[in-house]
Amino acid sequence: MNQETKINDFVIRFANVNGTGSASANALFTKAVFRMGVPVTPKNIFPSNIQGLPTWYEVRVSEKGHLGRREGVDLMIAVNPQSMKKDYADVASGGYFLYDSSKPLPPGYDRTDITHIGIPLMNLCNAEFTDARQRQLFKNIVYVGAIVALFKIELDVIEELIGQQFKGKEKLIEPNIKALKIGENWVLENFDVDNFDLRIERRDLLGDKILFSGNSACGLGAIYAGATVAAWYPITPSTSVVDAFAKYASKYRVDAETGNNNYAIVQAEDELAAIGMVMGASWNGARAFTATSGPGVSLMNEFLGLGYFAEVPTVLIDVQRTGPSTGMPTRTQQSDILLAAYASHGDTKHPLLFPASPKECFEMTAQAFDLTEQLQTPAIVMTDLDLGMNDHVTEPLAWDDTREYKRGKVLTGEQLDFIYKVSTNGNGSRGKLEDRSRENGSDSADAVLSEADAQPLGDQNLTQPLEQFKGKWGRYLDIDGDGIPYRTIPGTHSTRGAFVTRGSSRDEYAVYTEDADVYQRFVDRLARKWETAKELVPGPVFLSGPPASTGGQFGHSYSAIWPPPYGGGSDLGVIFFGTSTDAAIEALELLADEGILLDAMRPRAFPFGKAFRDFVDSHERIFVIEQNRDAQFRSLMMIELGVNADKLVSVLNYDGMPITADNIFRQIKDKIK
Amino acid sequence: MTYVRSTFRHPALPKNDLGYTVDYYEGSLSTLCAGCGHDSINAAIVEACWELNIEPHKVAKLSGIGCSSKSPAYFLSNSHGFNSVHGRMPSVATGANLANRDLIYFGVSGDGDTASIGMGQFVHVVRRNLNMVYLVMNNGCYGLTKGQDSATADAGSKSKAGSVNLFEAIDLASLAIELGATFVGQSFSGDKEQLIPLLKAAMKHKGFAMLNVISPCVTFNNNPGSTKSYDYVREHVEITGTMDFAPMMKEITASYEAGSINDLTMHDGSIIRLHKLAKDWDPFDPNSAMNAIHHAKRKGEILTGLLYMDQDSIELHEMLKTNEKPLNLLSKFQLCPGSETLAKINAGLR
Repeated sequence: MNQETKINDFVIRFANVNGTGSASANALFTKAVFRMGVPVTPKNIFPSNIQGLPTWYEVRVSEKGHLGRREGVDLMIAVNPQSMKKDYADVASGGYFLYDSSKPLPPGYDRTDITHIGIPLMNLCNAEFTDARQRQLFKNIVYVGAIVALFKIELDVIEELIGQQFKGKEKLIEPNIKALKIGENWVLENFDVDNFDLRIERRDLLGDKILFSGNSACGLGAIYAGATVAAWYPITPSTSVVDAFAKYASKYRVDAETGNNNYAIVQAEDELAAIGMVMGASWNGARAFTATSGPGVSLMNEFLGLGYFAEVPTVLIDVQRTGPSTGMPTRTQQSDILLAAYASHGDTKHPLLFPASPKECFEMTAQAFDLTEQLQTPAIVMTDLDLGMNDHVTEPLAWDDTREYKRGKVLTGEQLDFIYKVSTNGNGSRGKLEDRSRENGSDSADAVLSEADAQPLGDQNLTQPLEQFKGKWGRYLDIDGDGIPYRTIPGTHSTRGAFVTRGSSRDEYAVYTEDADVYQRFVDRLARKWETAKELVPGPVFLSGPPASTGGQFGHSYSAIWPPPYGGGSDLGVIFFGTSTDAAIEALELLADEGILLDAMRPRAFPFGKAFRDFVDSHERIFVIEQNRDAQFRSLMMIELGVNADKLVSVLNYDGMPITADNIFRQIKDKIK
Repeated sequence: MTYVRSTFRHPALPKNDLGYTVDYYEGSLSTLCAGCGHDSINAAIVEACWELNIEPHKVAKLSGIGCSSKSPAYFLSNSHGFNSVHGRMPSVATGANLANRDLIYFGVSGDGDTASIGMGQFVHVVRRNLNMVYLVMNNGCYGLTKGQDSATADAGSKSKAGSVNLFEAIDLASLAIELGATFVGQSFSGDKEQLIPLLKAAMKHKGFAMLNVISPCVTFNNNPGSTKSYDYVREHVEITGTMDFAPMMKEITASYEAGSINDLTMHDGSIIRLHKLAKDWDPFDPNSAMNAIHHAKRKGEILTGLLYMDQDSIELHEMLKTNEKPLNLLSKFQLCPGSETLAKINAGLR
């Protein structure tokens, strides 16, 4: 093979059998590349199975910092006979096929455009280890050792990683290092590594970036946001969100003095109960959340409608997977957009957040708790399997210690007293009750007040003129004109602020009604609240002209305003969100190389605000990149903004695999003609 | 229903220890049918809370959907209520309770809400031994949709239109015991004397207290041939005994015949005094309680009273080892690990 050496720019795919311990060996490789300062993205392509079915682990290494998927496999580690034939075919021309040569390759494996590297993995393991399970496990480490030699990965990096991985189980370090050396030595003795054209060279391209999964980031975000109640039902790919919450809670949420937990996690009987628990806890003044995937959101529709109409805060993290129905539970998609946006019967809509990186998973989960309490409506974080379950290179997580939780309009006992003191005539029976309790010398009301002071609930700097209640609080009165009423938490006050929360129609004072005018006034206020939501949710970010990346720069600077200060001005726009982002930016660069310049917008939330509309209005045609068949995001734009269908051109990917840059590039190039 | 409520209160209405008269515990005007068993139960709840000196704002009322689930509006108007969705009250109650363990959680459900659409949530809230009162207003039919049989209607029971129910009834009391409920009582809406002490004990119980109260539907299920009509229930009630409830540190004044008295001490020191009438029945033994229920059922009787109680009940917060301070009162400083910790977490991810 006479070809250029590819330094820090290739795709390697490991083809394994599920349940054979390959995951930790493969992750070792990824982490080693990361530690050598080179951008790297692993994707787990796994089956809905515990043991036996084929599973792949694809690693993109990119000096330019392209973290999305790219087509073509430069090196295939083929250790699964079941999938070998397809794996063999998937190797890109000029690439390498590494296989276990303990048994000869069957006939037909005779491509001349690729290099075959046969290593007797099984024989090497059998010679060294006696235990059957060890033979299987260490086979993985042996091929990692071989790769270390081929790529010239610094051995001490990988040895340090093994040491960290088995911290506390030191007995395992030595045999792992031994297996690693077996693979490495075999390659050095039997193969001329200078003929291997793929190299990993140390760089300093990552700065202080971290390698983290979206689900772990969501779980940690909930910890930082002050969530105390998590209720959930196990479902792939969302399970590890609550696992992460549990892990961090057991570390950071245990009272040092008593050993008691400052959190509660309940594994519910189903998704309906999970979100019901979240709603009960939120109604009662705690921050609570659940995490699920599409099938769970389908079940949660009933409660989401209640949350919308009865105005109960709820945080839901939807880690999307491939639908419809059971679909492909271990594959990715962005196909719950319309389901989540309009979940439940009647006129309902819900704010959605679209994180595009683990850092945003952390931030937006925390933000979702603020939004849901400020708006008193469910808020849904729309992540997906690719973002959630895979590790990604991401900016370090940040938290401002002066940040206060925005608990929204929650009245304290003191504020309730203030409201009623304004009244001179009050409401008859309640006034009488208060008189009576004073007459009887009951100090219960005072006791409640001091307790209310201690509550970290409500906006302590509330400056809104509570006088506007005119002496009588109404749960659903909109005194501020932003559509958001004032709520009270059970137990706040002995005689003021109690009401019945219900899913049936009610008036401003929470009294059941079937009056047409009152009903309409109520839902019109909810529409007003939706307008307020547009201001509160994070706005889109913009990229203009050739992306700042040309020149091999890692990372991209977005502008929060349209047009960006550094210009803009293409007639063509492109919209992408969530996990399409990395591949989309790479595609923009590929297009720019061919002279096609597009202005880009990455929406971060629904509903769409003014900046979103400005971007749409200032472009003739807009490509909308999304990972579902029916162009759901495009539909959402048409429904909400009335955008002409001809203006929005879909770029879709819905095979369950993360979208690739090549795919986006091809589709846009074809459609632009 | 009635449209007018008298605002007249006798000036000499007695006050409880908190200085409240009983009307302080009332709710808004009921919209249920005149003579509905549910309204009698609501009145008993008002009475029980008044007698127990409960601060109404320290109670949270929860319900699902149905005639019964409208009830929380008709008692304790100074308590927050949550009339949630059909069959899902247990989950809402669970979340609410986790957020603030200091309130009394009073759940009201019906036979459709519990035994049909809500069966899943019901069995799981029992398993978790959530500290709450779970009251089923059981009339064997769907009132709001005009009288269809529910899953607690007895096989052979006749509807108002004359059709006979073909299917076996779900017995909620024995089911609850089977699932590990730590307090199970059964009563009749027409028996205030039994219901009030039962309600008081249920509120004082630490853990899941299930009360299955037969509450005839005057409009759709009060006909001859129905096994949930007033007449039928009155004729077929078998009372396990009379009972009295004394809050902590209070002496029980009612007198009973020697030899038939059973004192049950609750976790806070309150005492339930049972005057047993039923034979071969031990309220601390779930098997014995189950036998007694089944035995009565075979005879066509409805056994009422406190049927079973576990005095060593461990409720959900104890199992989860949550802070004794309500979770909704924890401050940012107790909840947020802060930026220094985050820097350490970041360092561990490189």
